[in-house]
Amino acid sequence: MSGAVETLLVVAPLVAPLLACLAARVIREPNQTVGWTTVSAAAVIVGDGIVAATRTVGDSSTLDVGSVLRVDALSAVMLIVIGSVGVVATWASIGFVDAERASGEVAGRDLRRYATLVPAFLAAMVLAVVANNLGLLWAAIEATTIVTAFLVGHRRTRGSVEATWKYVIICSVGIALAYLGTILVYYAARQAGIPADSALDWSQLSVHAGDLDAGVMRIAFALLVLGYGTKAGMIPLHSWLPDAHSQAPAPVSALMSGVLLPVAVYALIRFRVIAVGSLEGSYARNLLLVVALTSIALATALIIAQQDYKRLLAYSSIEHMGLVVIGLAIGTPLAIAASLLHILGHGLGKAVLFCGAGQVLVHEGTTRIAGVRGLLTRRPVLAATFGAGFVALLGLPPFSLFVSELGLARAATADGLGWVIAIAMALLVVVFVAVAAQVTPMILGAPPSPVPDPAVPDAAAAPGSTAPLVVGLLVLAALGTVSWPLDQLLDSASLIGSGR
Amino acid sequence: MSKELFSQLLYLDCGGLLLSSVLMLWRRQLGALITMLTAQGLLLSCLATLLGTQVGGTELYVVAAGILVLKAGVLPTVLRRVLAESRTARETQPLVNVPASLLSAAVLTLVAYGVSQPLVELDPTPATHAAPVGIAMVLLGFFVLVTRRRALSQVAGFLLLDNGIAATAFLVTAGVPLIVELAVSMDLLLVVLILQVLTARLRAEFGDVDIDELRGLRDR
Repeated sequence: MSGAVETLLVVAPLVAPLLACLAARVIREPNQTVGWTTVSAAAVIVGDGIVAATRTVGDSSTLDVGSVLRVDALSAVMLIVIGSVGVVATWASIGFVDAERASGEVAGRDLRRYATLVPAFLAAMVLAVVANNLGLLWAAIEATTIVTAFLVGHRRTRGSVEATWKYVIICSVGIALAYLGTILVYYAARQAGIPADSALDWSQLSVHAGDLDAGVMRIAFALLVLGYGTKAGMIPLHSWLPDAHSQAPAPVSALMSGVLLPVAVYALIRFRVIAVGSLEGSYARNLLLVVALTSIALATALIIAQQDYKRLLAYSSIEHMGLVVIGLAIGTPLAIAASLLHILGHGLGKAVLFCGAGQVLVHEGTTRIAGVRGLLTRRPVLAATFGAGFVALLGLPPFSLFVSELGLARAATADGLGWVIAIAMALLVVVFVAVAAQVTPMILGAPPSPVPDPAVPDAAAAPGSTAPLVVGLLVLAALGTVSWPLDQLLDSASLIGSGR
Repeated sequence: MSKELFSQLLYLDCGGLLLSSVLMLWRRQLGALITMLTAQGLLLSCLATLLGTQVGGTELYVVAAGILVLKAGVLPTVLRRVLAESRTARETQPLVNVPASLLSAAVLTLVAYGVSQPLVELDPTPATHAAPVGIAMVLLGFFVLVTRRRALSQVAGFLLLDNGIAATAFLVTAGVPLIVELAVSMDLLLVVLILQVLTARLRAEFGDVDIDELRGLRDR
């Protein structure tokens, strides 16, 4: 009996988006029904994550399907992240598809492909977080590259083809390096006497981490950080990210920033547990710190002079993933819990902002910051949500990014890494000033005269198009003010993620 | 097969892999790159078969057959079709000239031998002694990828890198579990097909396929 429920809990979040995928194929004209099916699939993922959380929280129990699939508290957190960001993005996606159809520039074939690929993207990411086999985890993350390639190239413009090419080449190379790292872990595991069919199972590797050869694991972990780091937007293979995020349709940018990058970081959390178990000293920590701090510094430098608001949001994603990786480098339960909360907060915030940016683009017809002025007087609701999203992103209360950044700072100083957080916070202050200076005139400045003609006056301005954004912000504020009941889940997940 | 013969054939095979990788840096004809990749597909398939004679079981023979079809058959065919549709068959203006490329190849191979010492030390068998060849191929593939400008050369660089990873996997662990191997091959095939579609779109958008002309997206 309980076995059947376990299986259902693990399989349901995989099957739901695949059914939505199928629905989009069967119903030939992508309409509201298809959109709502995808939203319900995302809702199933959140609901499943919450139920799975109640069963895995506290004691270290897990839900297993064979040795291939496995949900523990850490996976449950990630399911909640995927689902909640997914709900906001797919809900906003309904308005996006309507606006696309109204614009008349996009073929019905392309819209149908969009409707099919978005739930497939969700399914691939769910597979990554419920996989126990690290080879399967790798294949799922690689599958996200394949699925999103044509989502980035949705509009078939010069820019989007260029962005897609960069995205596919750079991410494939990065993820290939991660595969090489995975092979070396497998080699070390086989030499440590773990049988072939379970030598890639995380549950086995995390227990036997101490037996793995340190020399091989050192090379393997460097390759894994480089490889999954690519997918998470970390230096040195980060250059695909701003192009892909700025060219992709807004809901896809939201999913990439809010879910795809965190899933790659999730892979690093899993591998870090194995690495710290097998490596002496602070090798893993130093490697992660170097990558994270240089990424934050680079993102800061490019945010300061940024003239395009979608690229601004993309670099901000690099910066926030850098903060999360600092949490990984610290590696104490407090730091991992803060990182996970930051992943959730950033995901929701970025979903709101990217979807908001998509609507701003539809109204104003430009992605240049200088081209958007005085939004509040003309589109008050959109401007208010967009502005509130930035307030959340910059780490101000009551939103949860404030809590998670504070948690990271506490964890760092408690572990003697005060200097790291001092550097990071100094860069964050620079970002804060730069972003505030750029966004304020967009929202509050004097409206341009003459007022530009909105590209699509009615469809996207339909009442309710900002509803998903408002809901996202409310959840974000709730997460920042009420810690119950998420804190227990984060505690359990952070014990797994810190390898204690 | 005797141990002696096995190691000689193994080293011959790996020598061929390394040689074909270096030749990819030497030749500028895009057709020659595809020929080298086909040869590598054959050599990798032989490598899997060779290891199969030592390990026993049918799994490695299945993998060898799969590699033969995918890397020596399907992928080169796709690349040749892309080549036939494009106007230029030569890599014009690579960022690094041929002598410098070959010199870099020598340096990268030495680096590969240096960094892969821990791999050899953990389990010094004839196969792991050859593992640096796989790592060297990965580095050479990366080098091709960053120094060539033609879309097709970049894809060739990526496939060289991937062959290097496959070679390393065979040499250190006699291959990963079949299910993972299957997923990896599937992904590789799809990536190459996506790149094929993209080169077609690139051609439709830009006329000719030169990645260097793709400079629309930047931080102004």
